[in-house]
Amino acid sequence: METIKNKSQTNRAGQKIVSPDYLLFEAPRTKHFMTGSEVTKEAVKRASVDASVSYPITPQSEAAHLIGELWAEGYVGVYFRGENEFGVMSEVVGCSIAGGRTITTTSGPGTLRAFENFPMWAGTRAPMQLVLMARGVNSPLTIQPDNLEVGFLLDTGCMIWYAENVQELFDMILAGFVVAEQPDVHVPVITAVDGFFVSHTREAVYLPPDDIALPPYDPYKSPMPVIDNEIPPGRFLRDPFVMKSNYTSYATHASWQWEVRSAIERSRPYAKHYLKGLTEEFGDKDAEIVFVAAGTAAAQSKEAVRLLEAEEGIKAKVVKLKTIRPFPYKELEEAVKNAKYIFVPEFNVVGWLEREVRKALYKKSNAEIIGTPRVAGGMTMPKEAIVKEVLEFIRK
Amino acid sequence: MSMKIYQLNEEFRNIVPQEIVALQENATWGNPKRGVMDLPVSKELLEEHSLCAGCPESAALRYILASLPNPEDTIIVNSTGCTSLMFPHIALHTVHSLFGNQNSVATGIKRTLEWRFPDKTKDVVVLAGDGATVDIGLDYTLQSFFRQEKITTICFDNEVYANTGGQESGLTPKGHVFKMAPKGKQFEKVPMWQLAIDSGCHYVARLTVSSPKRVEKVIKEAIYVAREVGPTYVHLYTPCILEIGLNSDDGLEEMRGRDKERFKFFEYKSPEAEEVIKKYKEEGLL
Repeated sequence: METIKNKSQTNRAGQKIVSPDYLLFEAPRTKHFMTGSEVTKEAVKRASVDASVSYPITPQSEAAHLIGELWAEGYVGVYFRGENEFGVMSEVVGCSIAGGRTITTTSGPGTLRAFENFPMWAGTRAPMQLVLMARGVNSPLTIQPDNLEVGFLLDTGCMIWYAENVQELFDMILAGFVVAEQPDVHVPVITAVDGFFVSHTREAVYLPPDDIALPPYDPYKSPMPVIDNEIPPGRFLRDPFVMKSNYTSYATHASWQWEVRSAIERSRPYAKHYLKGLTEEFGDKDAEIVFVAAGTAAAQSKEAVRLLEAEEGIKAKVVKLKTIRPFPYKELEEAVKNAKYIFVPEFNVVGWLEREVRKALYKKSNAEIIGTPRVAGGMTMPKEAIVKEVLEFIRK
Repeated sequence: MSMKIYQLNEEFRNIVPQEIVALQENATWGNPKRGVMDLPVSKELLEEHSLCAGCPESAALRYILASLPNPEDTIIVNSTGCTSLMFPHIALHTVHSLFGNQNSVATGIKRTLEWRFPDKTKDVVVLAGDGATVDIGLDYTLQSFFRQEKITTICFDNEVYANTGGQESGLTPKGHVFKMAPKGKQFEKVPMWQLAIDSGCHYVARLTVSSPKRVEKVIKEAIYVAREVGPTYVHLYTPCILEIGLNSDDGLEEMRGRDKERFKFFEYKSPEAEEVIKKYKEEGLL
């Protein structure tokens, strides 16, 4: 893939601008050993980011610190610590609608404190990125791994992507900006990872050089007027005109909500390209036992597939979902064609992914859908636990 | 910004609403000396509004819009409440935020515009009611002052949650009976102007909108100081005549009455603000 026409073109940090395809797929990569927080910094460093606002909460604080270091080094235009998560998510939407490529990070309870903002981001068609390092939601107090809050976010109108490991997190952050900023998409993207398991785990990761970067965000390609007084018309409100009670306003608001959700659907071809598919399969293609999972639950399921094959002679496979919004309906339906049992292992108590899978496969699959194993509150999910669950179920 | 972005496309002139044509032909764009004296002869960025007849907020809004020194490069951030009814009608970039987060959104906008346009002046003005500024949004308002954001915050204090039907607010005087305060409000009116000074604002004013010229002076000083020094705060009494049981033509008299008591004109300027005001006076802009 060609780089940008003028090869000497650089961004404000002096990095050479290259095409997203070159940065993601073609640039030579070198091996590093890094945590999820550290690769967040590495991704932001190569993303020509204009603005970031942060607020401390475990486990995302370190990623937010490191973005601050990039600001001090001149790679990020605007950076400061906000007053709390509701304030931060408000500040970043201001950065985004004023025309800046914007990123922030949060976790667990911070996500809920900020919550009113997420539908506002989507309704405002602000193409910013939230890196969500999922963590348990309080009561009683916990800082442990869990991903319950992702279930709350599913219907906010934001895209939701889910990274399995450190490498995927790096690539998804870069791809996230590219897809979110497509003029026909232009909605926020929430890139989720399981906190601690990814944010704090050091893994091998392959990174392109740090002197190349994504093309800067061009706010004048936005389907909504950018709030900078630089382009016509000179009479705008960034929001749909819903503050009146008449049929036109009702119809406008209704159609706007559909439009936001349609924008997510229009992201499919771009996400498919930049993520190399909305799903990924591992294991025996025709297996009757299928795990459908996202994030580290998919990683644990892959280990369970190995164990089932090696110790029990049972063939199984994993269908990993990289995007939850848009939900990969067709890919999932195709992947479970031969399934007799579909297990949905999850790191949360409510089973939001099981609900999604059931909805997607309703009347589309004859397989039995089993929403387990499910762990919560910081419990780990060893591969043996998954295998035990499967054996108990199929030998009933 | 180029003034050209506010010019009509000639081919559309006969099909766009006549109000917009009139606005284009008869508004005071691009003139830093514009002011409330232009009001009788100019369209001041507002054709109509959907506030109650006689609402003092509508007068306040017209005075403020007429006083913006730089409307073609001014962004207004507002919040939930009666003020949000007006903004779809204003010929300016306006952002309706959530309830209470207007100073946070304005912070993001201001900082990003400074980053994107380091050589241009773009004023960011927050305009919200007492509920958004002092109750649900107090943290965000004060934190933007602490951080020294270069924005002007204007509070329309009508001493009540008017848009939701008349509930007491933090700015309701003690003892007033309103919905949700059936035995009268239990604590004193929050002295927001003093909190603004203590929190780092460089220019603070408290007044009613009974005197248009005074509103113009205050707004211009607040915007110039915010542009050059840091946060500024303007506290305007805009009574909700509906909720306090007055007729639609009683608003002005109500404000004149309060001019002498709890909304007696009060002004604070930091030494840095004094310098800026002096400079603009010398330039003939104040």
